[in-house]
Amino acid sequence: MKNSIFLGALTVSSLIAGAAAAGTVDDVKARGVLNCGVSTGVPGFEAPNADGEWEGFDVDVCRAVAAAVLGDSKAVEFVPTTGKTRFTALASGEIDMLSRVTTWTFSRDVDLKFEFVGVNYYDGQGFMVPKELGVTSATELDGATVCIQTGTTTELNLADYFRVNNMSYEPVPIETQTEASQQYLAGACDAYTTDASALASVRSSFADASAHVILPEIISKEPLGPLVRHGDNEWGDIVRWTLNALIAAEELGVTSANIAELAAAPGDNPEINRLLGTEGSLGEMLGLDAQWAVRAISAGGNFGESFERNIGEKTPIGLARGLNAQWTEGGLMYSPPFR
Amino acid sequence: MSDTHAQTVAYVRETMLEPQAPPVTVVGPIGWAKTNLFSSRLNTVITLIALAFVYLVLSILLPWAFHNTWSATSLRDCREMTGTDHGAACWGVIRDRWQQILFGNYPVDLRWRPILDLVLLLVALAPILFSNVPRKLLWFSAAYPFIMPWLIWGGSVWVPVMAAVGFILGYLFLKFGEKALGSLFAMIGAVVVAIVWWLFFLGPVSDIFASILPIGLEKLGSSRDIGGLMLAFVIGVVAIGLSLPIGIVLALGRQSDLLIVKTLCVGFIEFIRGVPLITLLFVASTLLNIFMPPGTNFDIVLRVIIMVTLFSSAYMAEVIRGGLAALPKGQYEGGDSLGLNYWQAQRLIIMPQALKISIPGIVSTFIGLFKDTTLVSIIGLLDPIGWATAIRADTDWIGILWELYAFIALLFFIICFGMSRYSMYLERKLKTSH
Repeated sequence: MKNSIFLGALTVSSLIAGAAAAGTVDDVKARGVLNCGVSTGVPGFEAPNADGEWEGFDVDVCRAVAAAVLGDSKAVEFVPTTGKTRFTALASGEIDMLSRVTTWTFSRDVDLKFEFVGVNYYDGQGFMVPKELGVTSATELDGATVCIQTGTTTELNLADYFRVNNMSYEPVPIETQTEASQQYLAGACDAYTTDASALASVRSSFADASAHVILPEIISKEPLGPLVRHGDNEWGDIVRWTLNALIAAEELGVTSANIAELAAAPGDNPEINRLLGTEGSLGEMLGLDAQWAVRAISAGGNFGESFERNIGEKTPIGLARGLNAQWTEGGLMYSPPFR
Repeated sequence: MSDTHAQTVAYVRETMLEPQAPPVTVVGPIGWAKTNLFSSRLNTVITLIALAFVYLVLSILLPWAFHNTWSATSLRDCREMTGTDHGAACWGVIRDRWQQILFGNYPVDLRWRPILDLVLLLVALAPILFSNVPRKLLWFSAAYPFIMPWLIWGGSVWVPVMAAVGFILGYLFLKFGEKALGSLFAMIGAVVVAIVWWLFFLGPVSDIFASILPIGLEKLGSSRDIGGLMLAFVIGVVAIGLSLPIGIVLALGRQSDLLIVKTLCVGFIEFIRGVPLITLLFVASTLLNIFMPPGTNFDIVLRVIIMVTLFSSAYMAEVIRGGLAALPKGQYEGGDSLGLNYWQAQRLIIMPQALKISIPGIVSTFIGLFKDTTLVSIIGLLDPIGWATAIRADTDWIGILWELYAFIALLFFIICFGMSRYSMYLERKLKTSH
């Protein structure tokens, strides 16, 4: 209720808006809480549980950053944003970072003045069909009726894909994902197309999920990742390398189970030592202490552990690693070296 | 004496016959049905069609709704319990998540505060709504606007106290400045004094008091913890409470002879009414943020409340203007001829009648406003609708839809129906045309 401060601030307002944006990491430390933008609910990626705690694959990134910077993975204020408010919330400084199934595109990165710090999920548009249709590949979908959300890039991707493959289709326009799954179940269309991760969660909500298959073809690129404001490179580095630490930890075999032991003393692998701060001074270069990555990885486990717990094959959503496997296992997850 | 008659008249009835019950086809349920449902061939046909339609709806709805799925812990669980793939309600989601739909993320150990707030709200409303309640309770009603935000947000007790002091200072200035400055300047001065107090003295003075006598409640971590029906209530109650007085002032201002006052009021009302509420909410959530320097923490719930209040005030002003316009000119002239000044005439003659005429419109605006609070889900605040989306993102409950919306609809129906019934009671009570 510091109204006097508010009024004074209002008068100088936008003049200093640009200048004061630097130093997010100091703001976060002073505040003691990381403001992390999430969505209002995407299964497996972010959702509040029955106790009101946010959980999910994107949420784990927020918690890792909070653990690295503030030393407490609980020191996160989750700010639910919608598709319409997410970018202004970030640009205006209401949130420090956005970790919300947001596709990295040229115009968002360049024109909207954001900095995508990496990719934590390689998504893409896919197809779901009933098993009884007997289709095993999207190339067999010639002449099919396809349920599709209108006004999205998926519509354009679909048209491109069918034209390139010289096939015809009949679109069934649908407004929301909830409506789409109802229509698809009612048999209004042969196939339903949207992002593959969303297809998986829709499929998991069906009474008999095994009667539906997601076809192997992915027809678009949707790299999802956390982003920060343009122009604050110190903060961008922290978020980027926290994400990289999670990915590298999986590659190096550092898990939440063995991290305490590995971080206790320098081991045989120098990269693990540098990552966990038992050797070198990487944390200091980031403006953090040596244990930053240890805390980040302990918060929700390494990248693979977080994946398996939130969206992996043992969860109801049941996504396979696919493109999101480590590069050593044929995926695209590739962290630059820690040295 | 009956004996004498007995000798002269062959038969005299000594007792009246008991009145017979009317034929069964005229009264009772059958009679009612006959006059109301089957009075003519056309009516009979319409009744049968309507009955068939009701049967059709209920035959779908009831088998869907009545399933013992209260203890289910996930949608899969429900499906095993009922043994059907679809077409069965899964009420376990309400058991699991009702607290979030009601309170959002408000800390569990602090939930007595909003509940107490609601009870106090009823106490504060009682003397306003019902005339047979002791009038002394009105003092509590006056204090309630300061107690309510304090209970919800917590913090030092001195902040609401000092906020109230602002009103007292303004009142004192008005009372003692009137003779020296005249009523118009005294009123302007009173407003200025109060605003200066709130802007520049409220913070420091309450800090001083808090350091001397630290009384207070645990401060709420973040306004975003206020959610669910509680958020709808906070926005709705504050906006309803503020929009009525602001609306009255705007309506009077619009009828004023003072050019500047009139222009300002007309401009405000027309601007706000020309803009959709959702636009104002986007202004509150995004545009204000860009205008203010980063790091300024201007509470999002407060921003939304301000916007919703402005919006409903403009509508309220027009509703009350309708009431004012309905009064015959003689009422105004009667006030003048009694030697009442402007405010006295308004208070004693004009407003009681104008407000009475406007009751249906005012309550409609209130109900509309309360339901409009669900729009905040679009700017990412978790009101009941927002929570419905969030709950559906839980892997246990993906695919749940109607159960959540049915529960939310029930909550809103109870509140809005209550408001509507009260307005009908009030209209009957204030009716003077008989």
